[in-house]
Amino acid sequence: MKRYLVRRAGQALVVLVLIACVNFLILNLAPGDVVDVLAGESGAGDIEYLQQLREQYGLDRPVYVQLGHYLLNLAQLNLGHSLRFQLPVRDLILMRLPATLLLMFSSLSLAFIGGIVFGVAAARSPGSMRDSFISTMALLAYSTPLFWAGLMLIILFSVKFGVLPSGGMRTIGGPDDLYGMVVDVGRHLILPSITLALFYMATYTRLMRASMLDIYNMDFVRTAKAKGLSPLKTAYRHVVPNSILPLISLFGVQLGSVLGGSVVVEVVFGWPGLGTLAFDALFQRDINLLMGILFMSSILVIIVNLVIDLLYSWLDPRIEVEA
Amino acid sequence: MDFSYRDRLKLLGGGAVLTGLYAGGMLPAMSVVGDALAQDAKKKVLRVTIIPEPPILNSAFNTAIMVQQISTKMLDGLLTYDKKFDPMPSLATEWKVADDGLSITFKLRPNVKWHDGAPFSSADVKYTVEEVLKKHHPRGRATFANVSTVETPDPLTAIIKFDKASPYVMAALSASESPMLPKHLYEGSDPPTNKLGLAPVGTGPYKFVEWQRGSYITLARNPDYWVPGKPEVESLIVRFIPDSGARAVAFETGELDIGGTDPVALADLERIKSIPHLAVTTDGYAMCGAMYYFEFNMRDPQFKDLRVRQAIAHAINRDFVAKNVWFGYGSAATGPVSQKLVKFYNADVPKYPYDPKKAEALLDAAGFPRKAGGIRFRIAHDPSTYSEQYRRFAEYFKQAMRAIGIDVDIQNTDAATFQRRIWTDNVYQTASYGIFNMADPTIGVQRMYWSKNIRKGVPYSNGSGYTNPEMDALLEASQNEVDPAKRRGLFDKMQVLAMTDLPIIPIINVDYTTVYNKRIKGLTDDLEGVFGTYANIAWT
Repeated sequence: MKRYLVRRAGQALVVLVLIACVNFLILNLAPGDVVDVLAGESGAGDIEYLQQLREQYGLDRPVYVQLGHYLLNLAQLNLGHSLRFQLPVRDLILMRLPATLLLMFSSLSLAFIGGIVFGVAAARSPGSMRDSFISTMALLAYSTPLFWAGLMLIILFSVKFGVLPSGGMRTIGGPDDLYGMVVDVGRHLILPSITLALFYMATYTRLMRASMLDIYNMDFVRTAKAKGLSPLKTAYRHVVPNSILPLISLFGVQLGSVLGGSVVVEVVFGWPGLGTLAFDALFQRDINLLMGILFMSSILVIIVNLVIDLLYSWLDPRIEVEA
Repeated sequence: MDFSYRDRLKLLGGGAVLTGLYAGGMLPAMSVVGDALAQDAKKKVLRVTIIPEPPILNSAFNTAIMVQQISTKMLDGLLTYDKKFDPMPSLATEWKVADDGLSITFKLRPNVKWHDGAPFSSADVKYTVEEVLKKHHPRGRATFANVSTVETPDPLTAIIKFDKASPYVMAALSASESPMLPKHLYEGSDPPTNKLGLAPVGTGPYKFVEWQRGSYITLARNPDYWVPGKPEVESLIVRFIPDSGARAVAFETGELDIGGTDPVALADLERIKSIPHLAVTTDGYAMCGAMYYFEFNMRDPQFKDLRVRQAIAHAINRDFVAKNVWFGYGSAATGPVSQKLVKFYNADVPKYPYDPKKAEALLDAAGFPRKAGGIRFRIAHDPSTYSEQYRRFAEYFKQAMRAIGIDVDIQNTDAATFQRRIWTDNVYQTASYGIFNMADPTIGVQRMYWSKNIRKGVPYSNGSGYTNPEMDALLEASQNEVDPAKRRGLFDKMQVLAMTDLPIIPIINVDYTTVYNKRIKGLTDDLEGVFGTYANIAWT
């Protein structure tokens, strides 16, 4: 086990260095830099002014020097300075990370639980009305653009019924006691997490259904039926637990994609997360910030995948980590 | 340990709950809005939106329009302007331009205090002009280039001295363009990276309180503001909502009170207007002199012949563009100076009315007949990226050119790529972009036509490569001309020449829109609109 962890950590390190290099080189291929963007916005009319900024940011040095400098900083766990915001990248990320994690976990949990419930309901009676209804809804949720779904939910719940806030994460100047704050953030969280969950819930529903139908054909299920177990007990004792495994591995993969895939939801709901920060950083050529976010995300994905692998073998002892 | 498989699953469920609690537990870590606002004081709060979130809050270092909108609430300028662009008192109460134009004497307002309590004096003016505006302001290096020194005979007198007369400086002293900064807090630091850029200390009606990045900025009423009793609003909240659809909803549900620079998609404005508590205005943008320009790369042999440029000008229906691309929030432009700059606009210039037949005749005469497939030649067009309208204009342009036998490739890029292509690498054929004339053509228009301003890497400089010694002479003369009537005469000639040579086809005088709650008063009273101080804004 220890050896396994050491090996995985070693691999992770190599992957991280490669990711950092590739990120850096790809982002440097894009024409224009942060000084172009700043100058364009503010109508700067002076070449020395721009030169002064480039020197200050170190953008006038050759790419390999910049890369070396960046890697050296990374080795010291220094993500550098955001050129646009004039703040350390670490601070900017930490400011936004809680909002992103909150949205990510709440929507993925919702999707995971909803996916299991609907998947089981559909697979218990394949081909029935219920099954077709769930499958159709899943298809619909899967193919609805997120921003559209978000706007429709806003129109319904904020404009028509006026029961939920249309955006933001907190009521500004709202309650500042712990309970009031949790309720306040919770109310703001409902619409974005449902919007984001819809898509993933559809995936889980379909996977759960397929996986259950697969397990139903297994020998041990036939044995359970043969010894007279009721269909309900067969389903919940034998089929469901065994069908969840593929969902867990998918959960690990999707955690990474949600990190980036929530940009649309963050934009529509004005949710102050990492997605919009990364998106803006890209268009503003704030390379340090963007690389910082990408680097951070890759660490998160690597860790989550390691945890999922360990969890997997622990849940299903037939799978060994050493293999 | 010997867990059954089911136990493990249960544990996993427990883990999920724990994760949820953990996420919940992080809530207190997110910082809290400083002051809880009394429930009944809703009238004391003003909620505005600025698009997009500014990177810095001080417009001395970044003059982008979103920065100017927030900076002016905290930082004052020496002057403000009335609707005719004539200077009005702000931090300066009196001013006198010397007859030779080589100095301007300002009498400063007494008993003005910085937000930290220190008194405002002529030393601050000297420091700001000499050390900040002249050295670090994106446009200021050009605007204040002829400033030799600022003299301070007493704490309430500042005399700006010039090497050469620079009459346009009087138009560049507003809070949004040239904010005054506290010397005692800036001295000894590197001004652009000073932390005060992120939490300004000024003399303005509102004090900085808090900036939650990605969400909002809160400002609070400055009780020591130099107009007694102002502002009436206790708390100014600036929210950042990236999506225009979501902003429309926030206006509709009453979560936003004011938003400037097209907060809602133009197509959505008719609906917004029909909502009883909301109003839309195009007032408050005259100082920007916003235009939309179409530009030829004059280095390209395709456009060497004036008749080709004239043909393209005749083939663009500017009224159609104003009505359909800008949904009527703009008017057809006739020359390089915006019609809103009433002191400088000249209507009497060569005109290029929409006339596709004439355009075709001009192209035939220039030696570009229709070939197989009815195509005369192909060109590329780079539209700017900042707004939806720009992209729609490019689509219109493609259609309009096809009608006269020119095939257009649209090059859609992002802002950084666009600027590199136009102003650094000059690899484009035609481009179109939004541009601000500012309050004076020497600041905003000269840069596009002056051959000495063909400078690689400087956005919104003379990118077309247009060179005409006569034009240079006119621009340079108007730069230092003290007599307003003579100066206007020079600009009249300049506008005629610009429309004769046609390196740029001005397309639209852009009307930016502001959406606001009808119960707010004071927003449309002055020239500055959302770029103003908001000291006079109140709820009715």
